[in-house]
Amino acid sequence: MRRNGPLALIFHGLFVVFMLAPLLIVCVVAFTPEGYLSLPTRGPSLRWFRAILDYPEFIRAFRDSLWLAALSSTIAIGLAVPAALAIARYRFPGREAITALFMSPLMVPHVVLGIAFLRFFTQIGISGSFVGLVLSHVIVVIPFALRLVLAASYGIDRRIEHAAVSLGAGTATVFRRVTLPLILPGVVSGWLLAAINSFDEVTMTVFIASPATVTLPVRMFLYIQDNIDPLIAAVSACLIAMTAILLFALDRLFGLDRLFVGSGKG
Amino acid sequence: MSLAVTERNAPFLLTGPALLVFLGLVIVPLGMTVLLSFYDWGQYKGIVPEFTLKNWIEVFTDSYFFEIFMRTFRIAILVTLAAIVIGVPEAYILNRMSPAWRSAFLLVIIGPLLVSVVARTLGWALLLGSTGLVNQGLISLGVIATPLEFMFTETGVVIALIHVLIPFMILAVWASLQRLDPQIENAALSLGAGRVTIWRRVILPQIVPGILSGSIIVFALAASAFASPAIIGGRRLKVASTLAYDEFLNTLNWPLGAAVATLLLVALVLITVGSNRLIERRYAQVFE
Repeated sequence: MRRNGPLALIFHGLFVVFMLAPLLIVCVVAFTPEGYLSLPTRGPSLRWFRAILDYPEFIRAFRDSLWLAALSSTIAIGLAVPAALAIARYRFPGREAITALFMSPLMVPHVVLGIAFLRFFTQIGISGSFVGLVLSHVIVVIPFALRLVLAASYGIDRRIEHAAVSLGAGTATVFRRVTLPLILPGVVSGWLLAAINSFDEVTMTVFIASPATVTLPVRMFLYIQDNIDPLIAAVSACLIAMTAILLFALDRLFGLDRLFVGSGKG
Repeated sequence: MSLAVTERNAPFLLTGPALLVFLGLVIVPLGMTVLLSFYDWGQYKGIVPEFTLKNWIEVFTDSYFFEIFMRTFRIAILVTLAAIVIGVPEAYILNRMSPAWRSAFLLVIIGPLLVSVVARTLGWALLLGSTGLVNQGLISLGVIATPLEFMFTETGVVIALIHVLIPFMILAVWASLQRLDPQIENAALSLGAGRVTIWRRVILPQIVPGILSGSIIVFALAASAFASPAIIGGRRLKVASTLAYDEFLNTLNWPLGAAVATLLLVALVLITVGSNRLIERRYAQVFE
């Protein structure tokens, strides 16, 4: 394979600048010592990061978002593991339709899902509750969980399970001691991808969140709708820094290409 | 376990829980939304469960809605085209890099996918404002005399959405580039083909399925994007999803909002399923 020429590298350089510029500008502006949006020309200041502490709603929303992500991705994995095993191993009527149904939250615009959940939750009387948020997030993250568990389940050599059965292991033991360890990488990466997507979800959540139960991205979105100031830049900078740390950890643990290539949305 | 698990009933026992959840939490709410779009609504009487076509008639006849849907799909098409023009060469360049550089730059390209879209759009709002870095840079370079209007314009929304969605295009194209046999390129080279010819006759035909599937993803996500158009476009430059949001949470005309949402869903499903069919028929051999 031939190397990239100078023109290709210039194109690539510009593209990298394009990808990073909006993230960098947020982090730089967050350090401004001024009371308005500006570059920190008089030297960096932590003033706006300290200011976050005076806005407990951001901290509360962050905590709620973490809980929501953990709960909804755990439930999603709990539903996805048996479903993935069934889809990977058995040929049964409706198999394709069921798989398509489980993947459908990727196809349905999140605005539509948000509206559908708002209507549904209002009718059954759980609108604005944390339970409602968890239920709706389970739905939107199931495809991510299912896809990665499914990929892991296809690779299993079933003779290992048959050997366990022939040695007298029961169904539960085979699952716990043989099957689960074999699909564990898919389960863990599926859970992580589900949790990240739940944490970042804003479009659907903006419809069903209430002042009492609001996630961090929704809190930030509503804040930006009113005004853009260095405070929201500081909040975003914290989020970007945390994501960067998580990203490096994920890359070390799993390899990002394995986590994402062929497993993006759609 | 009291239930005997057999080869025959196992798939249904295993998919059962997820299936029940989807029936209760996807099929039923979506069905209720479609139903809601046929309900009556009044400023003072609220939602009245009486069958009426008035929301649908309003959506299809009022030029206000037509304009918003046209804008939505215009933005989605522009974003998709830009994602192809920028994403395909970038994926190709990425594929030719050494593994170490490639995984480093993959972090740069995939990384933003994990950052909340709100934070990313905030970055564009800061860059594109009238006193933002882009305008200051262009003015100091002498390219323009007065600041360009990006905020509250379609151009601004398109730029922000390209940034949000281009990783999907790059991943899709890169996946198809990885299946490419580099020996074919070498064979063409040894037979005297120029670089342009190799691109056009050898590489491009093999990665077209990847480009098309990337395009479908980018188009569908661009047409249903919410946060970026809401922040960059503001309250006046509406697209279908921000229109539905306004009807639901500001005007409180839920039946009309439900009609807008249903139309968006149906249009997108028709477009994506239709183009998927076309691609699969046209490139059946590539999908094995």
